Amino acid sequence: MLSYAIKRLIGAVPTLLLIVAITFFMVHLAPGGPFDKERKLSAEVEANLRKAYHLDEPILQQFGRYVGNLLEGDFGPSFQYKDYSVTELIVGGFPTSLTLGAIAMTAAIVIGMGAGMISALRQNSLLDHALMGGAVLGVAIPNFVVAPLLTLVIGLQLRLLPVGGWGDGFSLRHAILPATALALPQIAAIARLMRGSMLEVLRTNYIRTARAKGLPERVTLLRHGVKAALPPIVSYLGPAIANIITGSIVIEQIFGIPGIGRYFVQAALNRDYTLVMGVVVFYGALIILLNLLADLAYGLLDPQVRYD
Amino acid sequence: MMHRRTTLKLAALAVAALLAGTAVAQAEMVLRRGNGAEPETIDPHKSTGVTENVIENDLFEGLVTLAADGKQIPGVAKSWDISDDGTVYTFHLRDDAKWSNGEPVTSADFVYSFRRAVDPKTASDYAPILSPIKNADDIIAGKITDLSQLGVAAPDAKTVVISLNAPTPYLLGLLTHNIAMPVHQATVEKFGDQWTRPGNMVSNGAFMLSDWVPQSQLTVVKNPNFHDAANVKLDKIVYYPTEDIAEELKRYRAGELDITYEVPSDQVKWLEANMKDEFQNKPYLGTYYYVINLTRDTLGKAKEIRKALALGVDREILTDKITQAGEIPAYSWVPPNIPGYEQQFLDFKSEAKAQRLVEAKKLLADAGYGPDHPLKIQLLYNTSENHKKIAVAIASMWKPLGVDLELVNQEWKVYLETRDKKDFDVARAAWIGDYADPINFLDMFKSDAGERNDAGYNNPKFDQLLTTAASTVDPKKRLEILAQAEKIFLDDYAMIPIYHYVSHHMLSPKLVGWEFNILDIHPGRFLSLKS
Repeated sequence: MLSYAIKRLIGAVPTLLLIVAITFFMVHLAPGGPFDKERKLSAEVEANLRKAYHLDEPILQQFGRYVGNLLEGDFGPSFQYKDYSVTELIVGGFPTSLTLGAIAMTAAIVIGMGAGMISALRQNSLLDHALMGGAVLGVAIPNFVVAPLLTLVIGLQLRLLPVGGWGDGFSLRHAILPATALALPQIAAIARLMRGSMLEVLRTNYIRTARAKGLPERVTLLRHGVKAALPPIVSYLGPAIANIITGSIVIEQIFGIPGIGRYFVQAALNRDYTLVMGVVVFYGALIILLNLLADLAYGLLDPQVRYD
Repeated sequence: MMHRRTTLKLAALAVAALLAGTAVAQAEMVLRRGNGAEPETIDPHKSTGVTENVIENDLFEGLVTLAADGKQIPGVAKSWDISDDGTVYTFHLRDDAKWSNGEPVTSADFVYSFRRAVDPKTASDYAPILSPIKNADDIIAGKITDLSQLGVAAPDAKTVVISLNAPTPYLLGLLTHNIAMPVHQATVEKFGDQWTRPGNMVSNGAFMLSDWVPQSQLTVVKNPNFHDAANVKLDKIVYYPTEDIAEELKRYRAGELDITYEVPSDQVKWLEANMKDEFQNKPYLGTYYYVINLTRDTLGKAKEIRKALALGVDREILTDKITQAGEIPAYSWVPPNIPGYEQQFLDFKSEAKAQRLVEAKKLLADAGYGPDHPLKIQLLYNTSENHKKIAVAIASMWKPLGVDLELVNQEWKVYLETRDKKDFDVARAAWIGDYADPINFLDMFKSDAGERNDAGYNNPKFDQLLTTAASTVDPKKRLEILAQAEKIFLDDYAMIPIYHYVSHHMLSPKLVGWEFNILDIHPGRFLSLKS
């Protein structure tokens, strides 16, 4: 297992390098640059700016310079947010995105698995249909529809929770609505997966044996049933995390949350080359790592899977 | 079981503590402002946007500053003298001007700051607006490397002398712009790029920087060393980034914000009906227009066609039915409400709509175009629902006249590049003034304005009038000459004005001190909240 993990991590380096290269050239080749503004800069000022940021060098030289800095851990200054470096912006924003994502993911797993299990146990009952119907809605309705609805009803009309912002430091009250909006599609997906998986497991011989042996239903379900039903959920975790990351772009913007999701789109639109690169490299590495962890977890769960 | 006396003492202490607690809590007046995007920087020599300007107007104060109603009032300079020929301004600094760390603000601070602003190493976007100052242009261009050649001098610690190339009646307004704000030399030199961090920053305005978490909030607190601190009522201002306008409105309505940066235009009608007292809708110094590429012959050599296009736009329908946010139909380039300036209008403003359409049709027919043989041109605009609606509406207005308008939309940066390269027939554009003077609108179209002149407009008479105005000392006469220049410009139909901007804000009923001004600048120095 360990050697497998190490091999995967080593293999991640060329993957990341490829991601860096593709993103770098794409973003530099896009028409328009970081200094194009409504108020056209005078030629001299623009020349000064380009010089200061090394944009007047040939593009391959700029790429080499960027990778060199990257290997030293320097993501460069942000073109748009002139008072901060990319590292500071990412380090400052990531804990918030992580917290929000973690809350959403935990909620998704717990509620999703719970709902899926209940549905499976009460298959074809009204509760089952209601839960699965809700799941379809959760998957179908986009989060940029759900989020404003939540803020309107719960934030504005009922005044139960704040409409936006992240409070001072961490505040659970500010996290609930955005985490809900982020988690809903994942709750729905996991619930459906769990239901399907549980239904299969409940029909297996070993469950029937456990029941025949007189084990309490709770033990049968929780120890034997759930563990066997987990693999599809674990496989889905990789895409689920990716979905939460992409969902965070919209959610963070709507709720005014100081995470790094919005840098993705904003930086690209503003041609903030270094910030785009920084966020892409960071998230690329993160996703590679999380996918590896998910695969390892899968291996731990299912003794039939061997990584050698 | 407690002794009676002890119980009483404890009770008294508890009550006192409670009262003290509530007294402290009540005493702090905090203003919460939605401020649009996350500020790109709060270095006044490097910032370019309104978001940053709002914060800088609270942190810094220049030689001249703005009152709540937009009038220029003494800032760090308590008075000034202007030479007879209008090219030398002598500013006398007030004695009680201090930085937030207690040091006095001296003329050396201003000399350093102006030099920093024009220094090519600072790479300041807005430095070129200082071009009226002697040698500013050459220093920015790198032709002069000795910064001390800049026409800003400090004969003594309390006097700043600014020498200009020519009389510049709008100089005082210019000096309220953030590019002319002073920065604390020792701080900038010590901390470099980090000088704007809380804990490092030293400023001379009514407020000082207390906290900044990117994407979350930026907080300033009252500067006790500000010369007018006695009259500053707010203890703290918190600026929140509010990019999603619809959500900003919800936060305001939920009581989480006292002022909003913008208002969703599709909610304006509802707000006017239901929240009239809190909704502010006032003229703003900007014009939305379509610029015509005069370097392409089809339109460039056909003034009659351009006039027909201008005639064919029904501005009243656009502002009433499409933008619906109180915009003002525009028949001028320079927006209204500039003190002392007489607005110029397109000739046909007083003509009835029907008559305009007849004339437009005729002009196009004379040029050989009509519904059977339409003029095919492209409109370039940057991706946005509102721009699209306006473009679609105008296309349908021009169709019966014999114009086939193809709509091309591009993402913002791409659109800017396309427009700069003059790769368009007609392009949507807008200009918000940096200071309340017509030259800020007119000099864009001087023939030597380079890429700023999107139309490629080249009229020697127009250029000549602007040059004459630049050396006219009498402000009244100068504005008259500028008005003449604008009339010529309008009659050449290089651009089609569509509407003049309005600024929208939601203002809490508790807010006191907010006054209308055309630049929409409302420093926290004059604001307070009723309890």
